[in-house]
Amino acid sequence: MAAVGRRGCTRGFRGGFTLTPLQIFILLFVAAGATGVVLTRDPTSQAIVVSFYGFLLAIMFFIFQAPDVALSQIVVGAVALPLMILLALARVKKQQRQHDKSR
Amino acid sequence: MNYLPYAVAAWLFLVGLYGVTTSRNLVHLCICLSVIQSSSYVLLLAIGYRTGRPAPIFKDIKPGTPAVDPVVQALMLTDIVVEVTVIALLLALAVQVHKRNGTLDPSRLNEIKG
Amino acid sequence: MTRAARKYFFLASAILLAAVFWLGYSALPPAGHVPGHYGDRVNAVVVPLRHITDAVTAVNFDIRGFDTLGEEFILFTSIMAVALLMRRRKERGGGDHEDKAGNRRVPPPSDAVRITAVLLVPATVLFGIYMVTHGQITPGGGFQGGVILATAPVLLYLAGSFGQFRKVAPMRMVAIGEAIGAAAYIVIGGGCIAMGGNFLQNLLPMGKVVGSLTAGGIVPLIDLGVGLEVSGGFVLALLVYLEELVEEKEE
Repeated sequence: MAAVGRRGCTRGFRGGFTLTPLQIFILLFVAAGATGVVLTRDPTSQAIVVSFYGFLLAIMFFIFQAPDVALSQIVVGAVALPLMILLALARVKKQQRQHDKSR
Repeated sequence: MNYLPYAVAAWLFLVGLYGVTTSRNLVHLCICLSVIQSSSYVLLLAIGYRTGRPAPIFKDIKPGTPAVDPVVQALMLTDIVVEVTVIALLLALAVQVHKRNGTLDPSRLNEIKG
Repeated sequence: MTRAARKYFFLASAILLAAVFWLGYSALPPAGHVPGHYGDRVNAVVVPLRHITDAVTAVNFDIRGFDTLGEEFILFTSIMAVALLMRRRKERGGGDHEDKAGNRRVPPPSDAVRITAVLLVPATVLFGIYMVTHGQITPGGGFQGGVILATAPVLLYLAGSFGQFRKVAPMRMVAIGEAIGAAAYIVIGGGCIAMGGNFLQNLLPMGKVVGSLTAGGIVPLIDLGVGLEVSGGFVLALLVYLEELVEEKEE
């Protein structure tokens, strides 16, 4: 163990691509999707964008051979999360109406 | 190019952090927090993946063939569950903050007193 | 600190953080070649020892079952906290009823929406039950199936009114179901102690056929408990969110 340096784990690796082009493409797409989620400032549109982003992540999990995690991500990130965001926004809008009325 | 998943994970973290620090709406902040959490999924995915091996479901493939790491995928499942609980609780808190203060803007919250 | 100053400070710190990430990630092996000896061992052992074909569910509920207990209770506690935070205070009697949906009338759902939702409900429930019970054979499990089951009452709300949603899933029954699901995990673990083993040790018979519905000992039982708890939890969260929204429009 003492002889294993900082690069010890990579010593046996001899080079060559470990990722297929499909995986590279989906990774770049996920990075672009995250940038899109952050740059969308209005929360109502952001709920739709985050649903699409969750679906993209699920596709990435499928491509990287993780079907169980992909199922979980679909039901959570594309269904449950945008639903909760939209319901919270609807409550905020209602409270805003009441707040403006009572001023 | 072999380190692209790690680079994407770092990028997701930084982009989400940018969204959190420059946010003008509490709900937008919660959603950017979920982007930060998704960076940990990409990192765990990259750690668990093995080139050329199938998924760890032995229904169709012969039991005993080398497959992708299932322990790391179980960690990712826990991660996803924790994400939804954290975001649910944060959204409920944001709604309550709006009820008390009348605004969802983080920088205006200090000015309005009860 | 002004907004622009905050942005520049963040950009400076982000460059620093990116350098730290670079240093850290470059010491890892390239993606696809990280040696995971624990995972290889689990893959080799899951089918002969447990007769389960889905290794991820086996790790989740059997080999690392204690951590999933903690995760399930994180979900339970957070749903409880959301219900507490959004609770409608009954003593606010007269003040809110003046706002009767403002000037907007919400149109009733169209026939297409109603028919589609009614047709989707049995398919959703069946698919959710299939996911929950087949967790140890194919990808799926208690959590995924539970969330799918939780979307079925929401389809009813889309098709009809909130009153029908509440009739199908009254809050008391949903809360009791969720608590039973959460307690089932601990009861199963305690049952393993009563049978003479450790907490959550897999002592039930493993099933004769590899990859059948009864394979895996305690894993199908825990799947059912987790499915009940997760579906109850999400329906409760949606009920709590919708109740204050819709209550006054029904007056």
